[in-house]
Amino acid sequence: MIAGSFITNACLLILFLPLCAFLINIFFGKRLPRQGDWVSIIAIITTLILSLSLFVGMLSNWNYKFSHEVYFSWIDLGAFKINLGFWVDNITIVMLLVVSLISTMTHVFSLEYMKGDIRYNRYYAYLGLFTFSMNGIVLANNLMSLYIFWELVGVSSYLLIGHWFEKHSAADASKKAFLTNRVGDIGFFIGIMLMFTAIGSFNFQELFTGVSNGMISGSLLTFAGLGLFMGAVGKSSQFPLHIWLPDAMEGPTPVSALMHAATMVAAGVYLTVRLFPVFTPDALLVIAYIGGFTAIFAATIAITQNDIKKVLAYSTVSQLGYMILAVGVGNYTAAFFHLLTHAMFKACLFYGSGSVIHAMHHSLHALHDHDTDPQDMRNMGGFRDKMPITSLTMTIATLAIAGVPLFSGFLSKDAILAGTLYFVDHHPEHWILAFFGFGAAAITAFYMFRLIFLTFYGTPKMPKVFEGIHESPKVMTYPLIVLAALSFFIFYTLPYFNPFADYGWFTKLIKATNSAVPGNPTAKEIYDGVHHAHYTAMALSLIVATLGIGLSFLMYYKRKFSPENWAKRFGVFYKISHNKYYFDENYNRFLYQPFLRLCNLVAYIDWDLYDKYFINGFGYIAKLLSKITGRLDYEGLDQTLVDGIGRTANSAGKNLKTVQTGRLQNYMLFALIGVIIILVFQIT
Amino acid sequence: MENLSNYLIISSILFSLGLFGVVTRRNGVAVLMGVELILNAANLNFLAFARFGGMNMSGHVYALFVIVLAAAEAAVALAIIINIFNNFNTINIDDVSEMKL
Repeated sequence: MIAGSFITNACLLILFLPLCAFLINIFFGKRLPRQGDWVSIIAIITTLILSLSLFVGMLSNWNYKFSHEVYFSWIDLGAFKINLGFWVDNITIVMLLVVSLISTMTHVFSLEYMKGDIRYNRYYAYLGLFTFSMNGIVLANNLMSLYIFWELVGVSSYLLIGHWFEKHSAADASKKAFLTNRVGDIGFFIGIMLMFTAIGSFNFQELFTGVSNGMISGSLLTFAGLGLFMGAVGKSSQFPLHIWLPDAMEGPTPVSALMHAATMVAAGVYLTVRLFPVFTPDALLVIAYIGGFTAIFAATIAITQNDIKKVLAYSTVSQLGYMILAVGVGNYTAAFFHLLTHAMFKACLFYGSGSVIHAMHHSLHALHDHDTDPQDMRNMGGFRDKMPITSLTMTIATLAIAGVPLFSGFLSKDAILAGTLYFVDHHPEHWILAFFGFGAAAITAFYMFRLIFLTFYGTPKMPKVFEGIHESPKVMTYPLIVLAALSFFIFYTLPYFNPFADYGWFTKLIKATNSAVPGNPTAKEIYDGVHHAHYTAMALSLIVATLGIGLSFLMYYKRKFSPENWAKRFGVFYKISHNKYYFDENYNRFLYQPFLRLCNLVAYIDWDLYDKYFINGFGYIAKLLSKITGRLDYEGLDQTLVDGIGRTANSAGKNLKTVQTGRLQNYMLFALIGVIIILVFQIT
Repeated sequence: MENLSNYLIISSILFSLGLFGVVTRRNGVAVLMGVELILNAANLNFLAFARFGGMNMSGHVYALFVIVLAAAEAAVALAIIINIFNNFNTINIDDVSEMKL
């Protein structure tokens, strides 16, 4: 049993150490030796050690009901009260470990990958900011702070995708990622506010109690749940907001591994896992359909992509769709399980692709070739002998993602598919969900092995470049080895050694709780159903995986069928898939352009009509009026009345003063005239 | 031609001449002379009224007073004129005017 105060302190350190690293590096990084990368490394390794100790504590504790909550009062206005704090349970601890581990790997991997980059210190600073915000999401015990950190990961994603902002494509991709996420976040915020209005709290536990007490129910709850899910759609890149993730590959590859494969995009899944108890059956059905559709839809795009990172990006979208599907069918622990295993093997794949791109880049650089795309798989081939470690680790990760037994992906994928089968068993009208699941599994196996065969097997397509390919240095291969090792089943089934079992420390320690919404099946029903479907799902998934791998093997390794011929034969489908179903084009045509036209129209109304005639008209009238009154005041009042009196007095004085000559004789003359006048009047 | 109006006519001519002198002359002494003429015109009036009017002896007495007064006045006025000459080196009364702005 670990002490509560230790957990609190450890969580505080885990949260704020990366923030300290960020602050130090962003302000002083340039002046520190080695541009301050060691500050970030020390901070992140400490975080990893703390997360590991929490994890070990969890294992020694062995209590699936473990829960620890601390909070402080942030806003207290009597009736209106917001408490911020941590909610640490087993899910949190596992997620903390995932984030710290992948983040550490990224920090180490980037030492070599980003060497000599012009914004090296900023890169490390942003990694710190991201780790801080991601841990914030994981630790949050309420929607308010979760939303704050949610936006913060969006910001760090924006900053890191646009790390090479001199490239237009990178700058555009960062904007696209941020804006697309914004669309989802609007729904998320609406969901949060609906919940808050109905229940009066942001705290998760209070939300669950509120929902089970019926403070919010029916279609309003469905609507609120879908709002919250919209945040996950944006962040986890689900259809129809999936468009940003493939473009986000413009960022540095370690960033893609950390944020756009393992952790940040998984935040959406984490959110739905956390909030699972508040989703109504209707909301869950929508979630299941969106997830399932995304899974198969992204997989069909990945088949025809030639950019190694694009394939991985669509594969990530597809796998995230899997997790969302699992949440939708109610088996949310499987979603979280897949999140965990996926984080390991997908990060490994991304680091592997980074290693390949790094090697390509150096080789091309030595040849002074700046036109060849170092990420295009059509320029690769046969790298297996030159890069044995990268090749081996990537193959292991690919086996894991394809769902081959003995590897981690097999376990988690099987759990998801079993959940789907259970759901379809109860609701046969939704049979297509199972089709989505198994179809995506087959296609995933196919395109992932296509990637491996194209990159590491066959004959080199560019012999000159091939000459210069070398295995990456140790700081890059060690993370690969660690993550490839973590793709084996053993790390997830301990203390048991059965690679086909659906139990292990994970399933024992992370147990589903009952949904707070009446009408949803209980956790026990789901668990039993999944357990029942376990072997069917396993057999089916083995068949589809073999199908996919076999087809890929025949097509790209043995060359029994020519992929080119097949592409020609299915020309229309190939083109549609290759162009990603024309999503960007259609969004541009039907969303962005009309919106821009609307904006232009509004701007025209505002600027050319409203401003010009209404606002300026007011000004014109006021000017005219003031001119008139000014003239009245100046010429009428000032000049004639006010000044007139003065001027009259002035001129009268001027004229009268001539009488006062100062000569006595004149005065005398006037006196005489006066006397004469008096006399004349007296006489008459 | 022993009647009052003749005397009064002479007197008013004398008065007018005196007044003309006082008003038009620039020389201080000439102005003083004009004043003497006016005084004498008045004296002539007193005496004419003493003879032909009802004033009798009091007219004579007044005339004597006027003569005495005129003598005193002349003395004082001449002294002023001498002082003016000492101060301004001229007796032209236009030049000595200090009342002009």
